[in-house]
Amino acid sequence: MFLVGGAVLHAGTTDLYLRYVKAGLRPLLLVAGVVLIIAAIATVWYERRAQPGREHHEPRISWLLVLPLLALVLVSPPALDSYSGMRAGTTLPPHFGLTALPAGDPLRLTVSGYADRAVTDHGHTLGHRTIALTGFVAFDRNGSVYLIRMLLNCCAADAQPVKIGLSGQIPPVLQPDTWLEVTGTYTARQTKDPVNNGVIPFFDVIQAKPVPAPADPYESLG
Amino acid sequence: MLVLLPVFALQGPIRRTLAAPATQNWMTVFVAVVVQALPFLVLGVLLSALLAVFVPPSFFARALPRSPALAVPAAGLAGVVLPGCECASVPVAGALVRRGVTPAAALAFLLSAPAINPLVLTATAVAFPHNPRMVLARFAASLLVACAMGWLWQRLGRPEWLRPPAHRSTDGHGKGAAFWGAVRHDVMHAGGFLVVGAMAAATLKAVVPPAWLYTAADNPVVSVLTLAVLAVLLSICSEADAFVAASLSQFSLTARLAFLVVGPMIDLKLFGMQAATFGRGFALRFAPVTFVLAILAAVLTGTVLL
Repeated sequence: MFLVGGAVLHAGTTDLYLRYVKAGLRPLLLVAGVVLIIAAIATVWYERRAQPGREHHEPRISWLLVLPLLALVLVSPPALDSYSGMRAGTTLPPHFGLTALPAGDPLRLTVSGYADRAVTDHGHTLGHRTIALTGFVAFDRNGSVYLIRMLLNCCAADAQPVKIGLSGQIPPVLQPDTWLEVTGTYTARQTKDPVNNGVIPFFDVIQAKPVPAPADPYESLG
Repeated sequence: MLVLLPVFALQGPIRRTLAAPATQNWMTVFVAVVVQALPFLVLGVLLSALLAVFVPPSFFARALPRSPALAVPAAGLAGVVLPGCECASVPVAGALVRRGVTPAAALAFLLSAPAINPLVLTATAVAFPHNPRMVLARFAASLLVACAMGWLWQRLGRPEWLRPPAHRSTDGHGKGAAFWGAVRHDVMHAGGFLVVGAMAAATLKAVVPPAWLYTAADNPVVSVLTLAVLAVLLSICSEADAFVAASLSQFSLTARLAFLVVGPMIDLKLFGMQAATFGRGFALRFAPVTFVLAILAAVLTGTVLL
């Protein structure tokens, strides 16, 4: 129990937790870790004061808690990648109406923000501005290149990919799961995702450069 | 030595299996479900231990209406005040039963709390900006099922089905020992079952191809059933399920309502936790009835409101 609390705290104090849950859950994780550790200490404390010979048995099922612990500490499974990204159908964030775009050249947008403006608004607000997007690379069966960012509501179990097709100056050699920062402009081209018939907007790449994976690999709905 | 030898010989295949994208995916989802649910479980357990140790049973007797028929809807509505998801409501309902609250009322609370609290309803409103009625429909259908299950239990339920695992007697230890003893026991017990549920949910997410879903969306009856089953299998936290439902846009609103009503009441990880808190015999009877009633209520509310 102490170990579980410790592992939760470890994941909470480092950026590790961002692979699995959204950033807003961090305080709750820290509180839970502290409570678990206090409970473990309290157990030991009362155990030592109690008379000897009054042993109690934990339910056997609780040993299963060791499994996620091992997975978290020894393996630290990676954030969701292009495999799950291409398996699921594309998605669009709920549409709230568009706010004015901030200044800046290139204009930095989230992948889901670009997809939202490109699909629901047909790129009217994007115009001819130069835009920069960050996401990871994935290929479909025909070899078309997509830039993907997983959209998270709560934890990785409900993550859904936002896909954007890339056209224009795509680097000739790309590995799936490479993180790219692409700069380019809006294009009216669209396609349908074969998995769920969702609309996938395209992005006209002028320049693409590999970047290290960001601390928070997901985009969230806030 | 005998154990280590085969492990050593098989380390190549083991390493390859662990590195396969499907396995990695499975582990990520598995760890994510556990990490995400654990804080809510711990909070729920803390609250339930507080109830169990520091609130006298006479308080509940005064707070709830005397007649069980009225206590059920009152307890169902009381679910509004627990701002958490389903992982928190199971231990709290367990504590209510141990404190002498009518089981029917505690069960109504168990079912309604994760679905109708303000956090979840706000998330639903955000996820369905064009269908504000979805919030109302979710509230109505969830409360309906919770009350129906409470009354049903009062009519047909037998006390011997409800077998909460005996808590270790903590007499002579003082309140502090009783409190931490309850916290430890509940976390370890429900946590173990949470792990089982998380493994099942991760397996299904990794194995079932998503394309199957979209063929089911055309038929109205099949689509409701599909999403209801999906809600059970995915075991998504009730604070997040509205967004997932919103993304399943090929399905009718009623089918998505069924997803939202069934999910917080019964899913794989909840089934495990209910079995841990109330006993296996109870969970085996309670879960299927809840499932059927939740679908019926969702369809009914969906036809009236959506």
